[in-house]
Amino acid sequence: MAIEVQIPTILRTYTGGEKTVTADGGTLADLVADLDVKFPGLKDRVVDDAGLRRFVNVYLNDEDVRFLDGLATPLSDGDSVTILPAVAGG
Amino acid sequence: MRLWAKLEDLNPTGSVKDRAALAMIERAEADGVLFPGATILEPTSGNTGISLAMVARQRGYNLICVMPENTSFERTQLLRMWGAEIVYSPAQGGSNEAVRVAKDLASRNPEWVMLYQYGNPANSQTHYDTTGPEILEDLPEITHFVAGLGTTGTLMGVGRFLREKKPDVQIVAAEPRYGELVYGLRNLDEGFVPELYDESVLSSRYSVGPRDALMRTRQLLHEEGIFAGISTGAILHAALGLADRAAGSGQEADICFVVCDGGWKYLSTGAYEGSLEDAEQAISGQLWA
Ligand SMILES: Cc1ncc(COP(=O)(O)O)c(C=O)c1O
Repeated sequence: MAIEVQIPTILRTYTGGEKTVTADGGTLADLVADLDVKFPGLKDRVVDDAGLRRFVNVYLNDEDVRFLDGLATPLSDGDSVTILPAVAGG
Repeated sequence: MRLWAKLEDLNPTGSVKDRAALAMIERAEADGVLFPGATILEPTSGNTGISLAMVARQRGYNLICVMPENTSFERTQLLRMWGAEIVYSPAQGGSNEAVRVAKDLASRNPEWVMLYQYGNPANSQTHYDTTGPEILEDLPEITHFVAGLGTTGTLMGVGRFLREKKPDVQIVAAEPRYGELVYGLRNLDEGFVPELYDESVLSSRYSVGPRDALMRTRQLLHEEGIFAGISTGAILHAALGLADRAAGSGQEADICFVVCDGGWKYLSTGAYEGSLEDAEQAISGQLWA
Protein backbone atom coordinates (compact mmCIF):
# COMPACT_ATOMS: atom_id res chain seq x y z
CA MET A 1 0.00 0.00 0.00
CA ALA A 2 1.39 3.38 -0.96
CA ILE A 3 0.21 6.64 0.47
CA GLU A 4 1.55 9.93 -0.77
CA VAL A 5 2.43 12.37 1.99
CA GLN A 6 2.99 16.10 1.42
CA ILE A 7 5.61 17.43 3.82
CA PRO A 8 5.57 21.15 4.77
CA THR A 9 8.75 23.18 4.31
CA ILE A 10 9.36 23.31 8.02
CA LEU A 11 9.60 19.50 8.32
CA ARG A 12 11.70 18.86 5.23
CA THR A 13 14.87 18.82 7.28
CA TYR A 14 13.69 15.32 8.26
CA THR A 15 13.02 14.15 4.69
CA GLY A 16 16.29 15.37 3.18
CA GLY A 17 14.43 18.21 1.51
CA GLU A 18 11.78 15.97 -0.10
CA LYS A 19 8.45 17.64 -0.54
CA THR A 20 6.47 14.49 -1.26
CA VAL A 21 7.26 11.09 0.24
CA THR A 22 5.45 7.77 0.28
CA ALA A 23 4.71 5.66 3.31
CA ASP A 24 2.44 2.82 4.40
CA GLY A 25 -0.19 2.37 7.04
CA GLY A 26 -3.69 1.08 7.59
CA THR A 27 -4.47 4.08 9.77
CA LEU A 28 -3.01 7.56 10.11
CA ALA A 29 -1.25 6.47 13.32
CA ASP A 30 0.40 3.59 11.42
CA LEU A 31 1.40 5.96 8.66
CA VAL A 32 3.02 8.36 11.12
CA ALA A 33 4.87 5.43 12.70
CA ASP A 34 6.12 4.32 9.29
CA LEU A 35 7.20 7.87 8.48
CA ASP A 36 9.19 7.92 11.71
CA VAL A 37 11.02 4.74 10.71
CA LYS A 38 11.93 6.28 7.36
CA PHE A 39 12.56 9.76 8.72
CA PRO A 40 13.47 9.49 12.41
CA GLY A 41 12.19 12.34 14.56
CA LEU A 42 9.33 13.32 12.28
CA LYS A 43 6.67 11.72 14.45
CA ASP A 44 7.39 13.88 17.48
CA ARG A 45 6.84 17.00 15.41
CA VAL A 46 3.41 15.87 14.30
CA VAL A 47 1.95 14.13 17.35
CA ASP A 48 2.34 14.30 21.10
CA ASP A 49 0.81 12.25 23.92
CA ALA A 50 -2.57 13.89 23.40
CA GLY A 51 -2.71 13.17 19.65
CA LEU A 52 -2.11 15.60 16.82
CA ARG A 53 -0.15 18.64 17.90
CA ARG A 54 -2.19 21.81 18.31
CA PHE A 55 -0.53 23.77 15.51
CA VAL A 56 -0.40 20.91 13.02
CA ASN A 57 -3.22 20.14 10.61
CA VAL A 58 -3.37 16.86 8.72
CA TYR A 59 -5.66 16.38 5.74
CA LEU A 60 -6.71 13.12 4.13
CA ASN A 61 -7.57 13.87 0.50
CA ASP A 62 -8.11 17.52 1.55
CA GLU A 63 -10.37 16.73 4.53
CA ASP A 64 -9.15 17.63 8.03
CA VAL A 65 -8.64 14.33 9.87
CA ARG A 66 -9.83 15.86 13.14
CA PHE A 67 -13.33 15.56 11.64
CA LEU A 68 -12.72 11.99 10.54
CA ASP A 69 -11.27 9.62 13.14
CA GLY A 70 -8.14 11.57 13.97
CA LEU A 71 -5.10 9.30 14.23
CA ALA A 72 -7.40 6.26 13.93
CA THR A 73 -8.60 7.39 10.49
CA PRO A 74 -8.34 4.43 8.10
CA LEU A 75 -6.27 4.90 4.94
CA SER A 76 -6.50 3.22 1.55
CA ASP A 77 -4.07 2.68 -1.26
CA GLY A 78 -3.76 5.82 -3.37
CA ASP A 79 -4.82 8.21 -0.61
CA SER A 80 -3.04 11.51 -0.28
CA VAL A 81 -2.11 12.94 3.12
CA THR A 82 -1.09 16.58 3.58
CA ILE A 83 0.61 17.92 6.70
CA LEU A 84 0.49 21.70 7.22
CA PRO A 85 1.12 24.16 10.04
CA ALA A 86 -2.00 26.07 11.16
CA VAL A 87 -2.17 29.58 9.71
CA ALA A 88 -4.55 32.50 10.10
CA GLY A 89 -6.64 34.49 7.62
CA GLY A 90 -8.62 37.63 8.28
CA MET B 1 -30.09 19.68 -5.25
CA ARG B 2 -29.83 23.43 -4.85
CA LEU B 3 -26.96 25.78 -4.09
CA TRP B 4 -27.72 29.18 -2.57
CA ALA B 5 -25.23 32.06 -2.51
CA LYS B 6 -25.17 34.42 0.48
CA LEU B 7 -23.89 37.55 -1.24
CA GLU B 8 -21.61 39.19 1.30
CA ASP B 9 -19.82 40.98 -1.53
CA LEU B 10 -22.76 43.40 -1.51
CA ASN B 11 -21.69 44.93 1.80
CA PRO B 12 -20.36 48.53 1.63
CA THR B 13 -16.66 47.66 1.25
CA GLY B 14 -17.39 44.52 -0.74
CA SER B 15 -16.68 41.85 1.87
CA VAL B 16 -18.19 39.85 4.72
CA LYS B 17 -15.79 41.68 7.02
CA ASP B 18 -17.94 44.80 7.25
CA ARG B 19 -20.06 42.95 9.77
CA ALA B 20 -17.21 42.05 12.12
CA ALA B 21 -15.52 45.43 11.80
CA LEU B 22 -18.61 47.43 12.69
CA ALA B 23 -19.52 45.07 15.53
CA MET B 24 -16.03 45.20 17.08
CA ILE B 25 -15.91 49.00 16.89
CA GLU B 26 -19.37 49.40 18.38
CA ARG B 27 -18.50 47.00 21.18
CA ALA B 28 -15.34 48.96 21.97
CA GLU B 29 -17.31 52.21 21.93
CA ALA B 30 -19.89 50.75 24.30
CA ASP B 31 -17.09 49.54 26.56
CA GLY B 32 -15.69 53.07 26.63
CA VAL B 33 -12.26 52.16 25.25
CA LEU B 34 -12.70 54.00 21.92
CA PHE B 35 -13.15 57.75 21.73
CA PRO B 36 -12.71 60.20 18.84
CA GLY B 37 -9.04 60.64 18.01
CA ALA B 38 -8.13 57.19 19.38
CA THR B 39 -5.85 54.92 17.37
CA ILE B 40 -6.96 51.43 16.39
CA LEU B 41 -4.34 48.79 15.55
CA GLU B 42 -5.25 45.57 13.76
CA PRO B 43 -3.45 42.65 12.12
CA THR B 44 -5.24 41.74 8.88
CA SER B 45 -4.73 40.03 5.56
CA GLY B 46 -6.67 42.99 4.20
CA ASN B 47 -10.42 42.67 4.27
CA THR B 48 -10.99 43.37 7.95
CA GLY B 49 -8.60 46.28 7.69
CA ILE B 50 -10.51 47.74 4.75
CA SER B 51 -13.80 47.44 6.64
CA LEU B 52 -12.30 48.99 9.77
CA ALA B 53 -10.83 51.78 7.67
CA MET B 54 -14.24 52.76 6.36
CA VAL B 55 -15.82 52.88 9.83
CA ALA B 56 -12.79 54.54 11.43
CA ARG B 57 -12.80 57.28 8.82
CA GLN B 58 -16.47 58.02 9.41
CA ARG B 59 -16.17 58.03 13.18
CA GLY B 60 -12.90 59.89 13.59
CA TYR B 61 -10.49 57.15 14.66
CA ASN B 62 -6.98 56.60 13.36
CA LEU B 63 -6.25 53.14 12.02
CA ILE B 64 -2.96 51.30 11.71
CA CYS B 65 -3.16 47.95 9.90
CA VAL B 66 -0.44 45.34 10.04
CA MET B 67 -0.77 43.50 6.74
CA PRO B 68 1.45 40.87 5.11
CA GLU B 69 3.35 42.29 2.13
CA ASN B 70 2.13 39.46 -0.11
CA THR B 71 -1.43 40.74 -0.48
CA SER B 72 -2.99 42.24 -3.61
CA PHE B 73 -2.14 45.82 -4.54
CA GLU B 74 -5.81 46.80 -4.38
CA ARG B 75 -5.81 46.12 -0.63
CA THR B 76 -3.15 48.73 -0.11
CA GLN B 77 -5.03 51.16 -2.37
CA LEU B 78 -8.32 50.67 -0.53
CA LEU B 79 -6.72 51.05 2.91
CA ARG B 80 -5.02 54.27 1.82
CA MET B 81 -8.24 55.52 0.26
CA TRP B 82 -9.76 55.70 3.75
CA GLY B 83 -6.61 57.07 5.30
CA ALA B 84 -5.35 53.99 7.11
CA GLU B 85 -1.66 53.63 7.86
CA ILE B 86 -0.11 50.33 6.80
CA VAL B 87 2.71 48.47 8.50
CA TYR B 88 3.80 45.60 6.27
CA SER B 89 4.77 42.29 7.83
CA PRO B 90 7.06 39.79 6.06
CA ALA B 91 5.48 37.62 3.35
CA GLN B 92 6.89 34.48 4.86
CA GLY B 93 4.51 33.21 7.50
CA GLY B 94 1.54 35.18 6.15
CA SER B 95 -1.05 36.40 8.63
CA ASN B 96 0.68 34.62 11.50
CA GLU B 97 3.50 37.11 11.12
CA ALA B 98 1.05 40.04 10.94
CA VAL B 99 -0.46 38.89 14.24
CA ARG B 100 2.98 38.63 15.82
CA VAL B 101 4.08 42.08 14.61
CA ALA B 102 0.78 43.66 15.75
CA LYS B 103 1.03 42.12 19.21
CA ASP B 104 4.55 43.46 19.49
CA LEU B 105 3.44 46.97 18.44
CA ALA B 106 0.51 46.81 20.87
CA SER B 107 2.76 45.96 23.78
CA ARG B 108 4.92 48.98 23.00
CA ASN B 109 1.96 51.33 22.45
CA PRO B 110 -0.51 50.57 25.24
CA GLU B 111 -2.67 53.58 24.32
CA TRP B 112 -3.60 52.02 20.98
CA VAL B 113 -6.73 49.89 20.83
CA MET B 114 -6.24 46.48 19.24
CA LEU B 115 -9.66 45.03 18.42
CA TYR B 116 -8.04 41.66 17.62
CA GLN B 117 -10.51 39.97 15.29
CA TYR B 118 -9.12 36.49 16.04
CA GLY B 119 -10.23 36.56 19.64
CA ASN B 120 -12.88 39.29 19.79
CA PRO B 121 -16.27 37.73 20.65
CA ALA B 122 -18.04 40.61 18.84
CA ASN B 123 -16.74 39.14 15.56
CA SER B 124 -18.55 35.81 15.81
CA GLN B 125 -21.44 37.33 17.77
CA THR B 126 -22.42 39.58 14.87
CA HIS B 127 -22.74 36.52 12.63
CA TYR B 128 -24.84 34.84 15.32
CA ASP B 129 -27.03 37.95 15.54
CA THR B 130 -27.29 38.89 11.86
CA THR B 131 -25.86 36.55 9.18
CA GLY B 132 -27.30 33.39 10.75
CA PRO B 133 -30.88 34.69 11.21
CA GLU B 134 -30.86 36.22 7.70
CA ILE B 135 -29.94 32.87 6.18
CA LEU B 136 -32.50 30.88 8.16
CA GLU B 137 -35.24 33.36 7.36
CA ASP B 138 -34.52 33.24 3.63
CA LEU B 139 -33.77 29.51 3.49
CA PRO B 140 -35.62 27.59 6.21
CA GLU B 141 -34.98 24.37 4.27
CA ILE B 142 -31.17 24.74 4.58
CA THR B 143 -29.26 21.45 4.96
CA HIS B 144 -25.62 22.64 4.70
CA PHE B 145 -23.82 25.89 5.46
CA VAL B 146 -20.39 26.33 3.86
CA ALA B 147 -18.07 29.26 4.55
CA GLY B 148 -14.42 30.22 4.60
CA LEU B 149 -12.20 29.88 7.63
CA GLY B 150 -9.97 32.82 8.47
CA THR B 151 -10.66 34.23 11.90
CA THR B 152 -13.43 31.59 12.06
CA GLY B 153 -15.92 34.34 13.01
CA THR B 154 -18.40 33.59 10.22
CA LEU B 155 -18.48 29.85 10.87
CA MET B 156 -18.53 30.10 14.66
CA GLY B 157 -21.38 32.66 14.70
CA VAL B 158 -23.60 31.26 11.94
CA GLY B 159 -22.72 27.70 12.99
CA ARG B 160 -23.80 28.21 16.61
CA PHE B 161 -27.00 29.92 15.54
CA LEU B 162 -27.95 27.14 13.13
CA ARG B 163 -27.02 24.41 15.60
CA GLU B 164 -29.48 25.91 18.07
CA LYS B 165 -32.30 26.45 15.59
CA LYS B 166 -31.80 23.55 13.21
CA PRO B 167 -29.36 21.02 14.68
CA ASP B 168 -29.27 18.79 11.59
CA VAL B 169 -27.63 21.43 9.40
CA GLN B 170 -24.07 20.51 8.43
CA ILE B 171 -21.59 23.29 9.20
CA VAL B 172 -18.67 23.01 6.80
CA ALA B 173 -15.42 24.97 6.59
CA ALA B 174 -13.43 25.55 3.41
CA GLU B 175 -9.94 26.67 4.26
CA PRO B 176 -7.66 28.12 1.60
CA ARG B 177 -4.46 26.16 0.97
CA TYR B 178 -1.87 28.77 0.11
CA GLY B 179 1.51 28.48 -1.52
CA GLU B 180 4.53 27.34 0.45
CA LEU B 181 5.70 30.82 1.33
CA VAL B 182 2.72 31.38 3.61
CA TYR B 183 3.51 28.23 5.61
CA GLY B 184 7.15 29.20 5.87
CA LEU B 185 7.26 29.49 9.65
CA ARG B 186 10.51 29.25 11.54
CA ASN B 187 9.11 26.59 13.79
CA LEU B 188 5.84 24.78 14.26
CA ASP B 189 5.08 26.59 17.50
CA GLU B 190 4.52 29.72 15.40
CA GLY B 191 1.40 28.05 14.03
CA PHE B 192 -1.79 29.89 14.85
CA VAL B 193 -5.29 28.83 15.81
CA PRO B 194 -7.66 31.77 16.41
CA GLU B 195 -8.95 31.99 19.97
CA LEU B 196 -12.50 32.13 18.58
CA TYR B 197 -12.18 28.68 17.01
CA ASP B 198 -14.24 25.89 18.55
CA GLU B 199 -13.88 22.69 16.57
CA SER B 200 -17.14 21.29 17.99
CA VAL B 201 -19.20 23.80 15.99
CA LEU B 202 -18.06 22.29 12.67
CA SER B 203 -19.16 19.09 10.95
CA SER B 204 -16.17 18.97 8.61
CA ARG B 205 -13.30 21.06 7.33
CA TYR B 206 -11.70 20.99 3.90
CA SER B 207 -8.46 22.44 2.63
CA VAL B 208 -8.88 23.73 -0.93
CA GLY B 209 -5.87 24.40 -3.13
CA PRO B 210 -5.44 27.33 -5.51
CA ARG B 211 -6.20 25.37 -8.68
CA ASP B 212 -9.62 24.22 -7.51
CA ALA B 213 -10.37 27.63 -5.99
CA LEU B 214 -9.51 29.47 -9.21
CA MET B 215 -11.43 27.03 -11.37
CA ARG B 216 -14.58 27.49 -9.27
CA THR B 217 -14.15 31.26 -9.04
CA ARG B 218 -14.18 31.37 -12.84
CA GLN B 219 -17.06 28.93 -13.08
CA LEU B 220 -19.15 31.16 -10.80
CA LEU B 221 -18.22 34.15 -12.93
CA HIS B 222 -18.90 32.49 -16.27
CA GLU B 223 -22.03 30.50 -15.43
CA GLU B 224 -23.75 32.71 -12.87
CA GLY B 225 -22.28 36.14 -13.49
CA ILE B 226 -21.11 36.39 -9.87
CA PHE B 227 -17.75 38.13 -9.75
CA ALA B 228 -16.28 36.87 -6.49
CA GLY B 229 -12.92 36.69 -4.79
CA ILE B 230 -10.82 33.55 -4.76
CA SER B 231 -11.80 32.29 -1.30
CA THR B 232 -15.36 32.06 -2.61
CA GLY B 233 -14.12 29.65 -5.29
CA ALA B 234 -12.64 27.48 -2.54
CA ILE B 235 -15.95 27.55 -0.67
CA LEU B 236 -17.91 26.71 -3.81
CA HIS B 237 -15.56 23.80 -4.47
CA ALA B 238 -16.33 22.35 -1.04
CA ALA B 239 -20.06 23.03 -1.55
CA LEU B 240 -20.09 21.16 -4.86
CA GLY B 241 -18.30 18.24 -3.20
CA LEU B 242 -21.05 18.10 -0.56
CA ALA B 243 -23.69 18.31 -3.30
CA ASP B 244 -22.11 15.34 -5.09
CA ARG B 245 -22.03 13.34 -1.91
CA ALA B 246 -25.65 14.12 -1.09
CA ALA B 247 -26.74 13.26 -4.64
CA GLY B 248 -24.75 10.01 -4.45
CA SER B 249 -26.68 8.93 -1.38
CA GLY B 250 -29.98 9.98 -2.90
CA GLN B 251 -30.54 12.95 -0.60
CA GLU B 252 -32.03 16.33 -1.28
CA ALA B 253 -29.82 19.21 -0.26
CA ASP B 254 -30.17 22.98 0.02
CA ILE B 255 -26.63 24.17 0.43
CA CYS B 256 -25.92 27.77 1.41
CA PHE B 257 -22.43 29.01 0.63
CA VAL B 258 -20.92 32.40 1.38
CA VAL B 259 -19.66 34.74 -1.32
CA CYS B 260 -17.11 36.36 1.01
CA ASP B 261 -16.03 39.20 -1.20
CA GLY B 262 -16.15 40.61 -4.70
CA GLY B 263 -13.43 39.99 -7.25
CA TRP B 264 -12.48 43.61 -7.77
CA LYS B 265 -9.61 43.68 -5.36
CA TYR B 266 -7.98 40.61 -6.95
CA LEU B 267 -7.92 41.85 -10.55
CA SER B 268 -4.25 42.78 -10.37
CA THR B 269 -3.31 39.23 -9.33
CA GLY B 270 -4.19 37.81 -12.75
CA ALA B 271 -6.67 35.34 -11.24
CA TYR B 272 -9.36 35.89 -13.86
CA GLU B 273 -7.51 35.68 -17.16
CA GLY B 274 -5.24 33.36 -19.08
CA SER B 275 -4.69 29.71 -18.31
CA LEU B 276 -5.41 28.23 -14.88
CA GLU B 277 -1.75 27.21 -14.69
CA ASP B 278 -0.61 30.80 -15.15
CA ALA B 279 -3.19 32.11 -12.70
CA GLU B 280 -2.15 29.53 -10.12
CA GLN B 281 1.44 30.56 -10.56
CA ALA B 282 0.49 34.22 -10.26
CA ILE B 283 -1.24 33.82 -6.88
CA SER B 284 1.11 31.19 -5.47
CA GLY B 285 2.95 33.42 -3.03
CA GLN B 286 -0.09 35.55 -2.21
CA LEU B 287 -2.56 35.54 0.65
CA TRP B 288 -5.72 35.21 -1.40
CA ALA B 289 -8.26 35.17 1.41
C1 LIG C 1 -11.90 36.93 1.41
C2 LIG C 1 -12.14 36.22 2.70
N1 LIG C 1 -12.74 35.03 2.69
C3 LIG C 1 -12.99 34.36 3.82
C4 LIG C 1 -12.61 34.83 5.07
C5 LIG C 1 -12.92 34.03 6.30
O1 LIG C 1 -13.87 34.64 7.18
P1 LIG C 1 -13.75 34.52 8.76
O2 LIG C 1 -12.65 35.43 9.21
O3 LIG C 1 -15.08 34.96 9.28
O4 LIG C 1 -13.42 33.11 9.11
C6 LIG C 1 -11.96 36.06 5.11
C7 LIG C 1 -11.44 36.58 6.37
O5 LIG C 1 -10.77 35.95 7.14
C8 LIG C 1 -11.73 36.77 3.92
O6 LIG C 1 -11.12 37.97 3.94
